[in-house]
Amino acid sequence: MAATRQRNLFAAVMLFGIYSLLSAALFVTLDAVDVAFTEAAVGAGIATILMLATLAITSARQKPVEKRSLTALLAAIATGLVLIYGTWDLPRFGDPWAPANRHVVPRYINKSGEEIGIPNIVTSVLASYRGYDTLGEVTVIFTAGIGVMVLIGRTRRRRREDDGE
Amino acid sequence: MHHHIIVRISTRILVPFILLFALYVQFHGDFGPGGGFQAGVIFGAGCILYGLVYGVDALMRVVPLSVVRAIAAGGVLLYASVGVASLFAGGNYLDYNVLGATPVGGQHLGIMLVELGVGMTVAAVVISLYYSFTNR
Repeated sequence: MAATRQRNLFAAVMLFGIYSLLSAALFVTLDAVDVAFTEAAVGAGIATILMLATLAITSARQKPVEKRSLTALLAAIATGLVLIYGTWDLPRFGDPWAPANRHVVPRYINKSGEEIGIPNIVTSVLASYRGYDTLGEVTVIFTAGIGVMVLIGRTRRRRREDDGE
Repeated sequence: MHHHIIVRISTRILVPFILLFALYVQFHGDFGPGGGFQAGVIFGAGCILYGLVYGVDALMRVVPLSVVRAIAAGGVLLYASVGVASLFAGGNYLDYNVLGATPVGGQHLGIMLVELGVGMTVAAVVISLYYSFTNR
């Protein structure tokens, strides 16, 4: 809330970083250390640095909004209500009979020790059972990197050419 | 930040340990939390810290942009070629069982190479993002 009310974008970025760190701590208490690790490194670390770099390019103050749109507020409320309606059908937190906990998870937990032979089940699921998914993710990251290079990286070269002329 | 002597010295002390920790996370991901994604981000963050304190040009002397791009592409290529290698070894795509003498050994080798590919791509992309943002 404070981050969205904040006019000073620098403070908003810092609040987002703190929020990421707190959610990383929350993941640790939920015993999801791998996720917590990622959240702390990516959310609190790299994302904050990149947002600060963006602020260095643009400006640290938000332009004051003259008119607040009623349609946007209604759309946000409607989406929120639909999402809350969706949570009614979700299984209870930690329910052992939830579909997610019955399908392939017991196999991963019971068999990955002998099939893959490494203690960290998260790694064996990520890299071996779901190898295609991870390959896709790496390709997405690579493509995103290329996209940013094409979008932002080219500006400098063009500017340099302009300087040279 | 050329006049902040405390920041400069502590960065000089910290960066090797950050990079070492990234490698630890990378190659110890089989046994503890972590893996390629996290290791790549930590490695990238260590390089970015160096760049923040000593300037982007100093970082570019250490890891030039062309090298970063090559590593980013090489990571994806490494991952995909592990899959092709398992095809040639007689298995399905990304089926590591056929890579080693035993299925478990093959899984170890495959996962290590794949995670290395992930780490390379993530670290290189993070650094190249930093370059793109600071170069404007």
